[in-house]
Amino acid sequence: MRSVLLIAAKDLRIELRSRVFLYQVIPFAITTLVLLGFALDADRAALRNFSSGLYWVTVMLAALLTAQRSVSLERSSGAADAIRLSGVAAAKIFAGKSLALFVYLIVLELLMVLGIVVLYDATLTDAGLAAATAVVATLGIAGAGTLYGVLAAGSGVGETLLPVLLLPVLAPVLISATRAFGDALGASSVNGWAWFGLVGLCSLLYMLLGGLSYGPILEADS
Amino acid sequence: MTDCDAKLTGGGGLAVRLRGAVCLRGAFPALTGVNLNVDEGEAVLLRGPNGAGKSTLLRLCAGLAALRAGEGEVLGYDLRTESRSVRLEVGLVAHHMMLYEDLTVVENLEFWARLSGASANQAHVALRSLGVEERLHEVKLRKLSAGQRKRVSVAAVAMRRPRLWLLDEPHAGLDASGREALNEMINLARRSGATVLIASHEGASAEAVATRTIHLAGGAVWPSAPSTPDPWPATQPTATPSTADPSTAAQPKATPSTAARRRWRSRRLSARP
Repeated sequence: MRSVLLIAAKDLRIELRSRVFLYQVIPFAITTLVLLGFALDADRAALRNFSSGLYWVTVMLAALLTAQRSVSLERSSGAADAIRLSGVAAAKIFAGKSLALFVYLIVLELLMVLGIVVLYDATLTDAGLAAATAVVATLGIAGAGTLYGVLAAGSGVGETLLPVLLLPVLAPVLISATRAFGDALGASSVNGWAWFGLVGLCSLLYMLLGGLSYGPILEADS
Repeated sequence: MTDCDAKLTGGGGLAVRLRGAVCLRGAFPALTGVNLNVDEGEAVLLRGPNGAGKSTLLRLCAGLAALRAGEGEVLGYDLRTESRSVRLEVGLVAHHMMLYEDLTVVENLEFWARLSGASANQAHVALRSLGVEERLHEVKLRKLSAGQRKRVSVAAVAMRRPRLWLLDEPHAGLDASGREALNEMINLARRSGATVLIASHEGASAEAVATRTIHLAGGAVWPSAPSTPDPWPATQPTATPSTADPSTAAQPKATPSTAARRRWRSRRLSARP
């Protein structure tokens, strides 16, 4: 557990220092929300109805950037090799990287909730469901982002390959989190908690698969 | 049985033992059947032209590159099955700094110290030994000069007190005092029983600490520097084993990888206008 926290804390510290998240990822997410608003002709009713889906699409696009950044931190400096030489188990490296990614994304999602309230006129009717969905879906996104980030990077064309690999994999999370969030925002009349269950199942699967396959992918990269 | 044969078959007292080691970078054979023995406590200088396979050999010995054919043991561990144990006991200074640009010198070293089970004190001792001034300790790595970064990079390896030091162009970018401090550290490591493999083009600095020099070209160990260094030789050198230099044991005449290398070379030549 100590090495997981060390790796996560290191990633977060680097992000605080470099301010890439603050100056690039957050503005990107806000710009995307604004542009999606323009695309729907700033129709308040439509935006309110679709706010849940637009929110999660934006989260996924921002997750692509953060996952890419998380991998490049290690690869550009050769630190990926140094981590392997430290003898830390691959599953722990995966958990540490995923934890850091989870923290960035949760911070981003909190800001984006404000964004959809202000820009899309959304209202939070079930904060518990929204929070639970955000936490569990973000775990899945972070796990899949970490796993596919390193997989794409190993191909040598990571920047362009990652979206092609990751977005289809995240489709079940996008669909189920959108439904659950829609219920939490009062924008759809579905059983949000049932969809939350599906989000949880997907996230659990991604984390398990990530923990098991991260090591072999790292080794294959050598 | 000659002394050389005993070393090849025994494994006692050997830090590195490679027999017909083949290593690929993608589909390209970077090492084409390397035979190499390095005794514990030796400091071996690897020389050879660019693309000879020096860096790949160091990565193989670090347990970072996969052994595709042949046999390999490092510090008594099998490279195929025990690469994780190998990694715990080696230190690699590579072309990349293996440090984070946005962390300070001390943050970098403390992170690696904690992760690898070394103490923060060891990190500070290593920094002092490499002559990294205290005023630089709280400076972000990206603000340091190339030479200063190299010193920090070596310190990050030294603090782990590895049994096998793998140094890829360690003198590059260092000034005279840096080279001196590095050589002193290498000698100190050797005196404490560590083994050192140095890949370097820096003749005098590296030779000052080396006990033996071996030559690599085209992914294979040569008995001496090839007179016309051809990075893509069509045939393997056919050196005979020498008791004076166990690294020069006979190379395989045509392993599957050498055949692959030949095919690759022939495709490359035929593609030329």
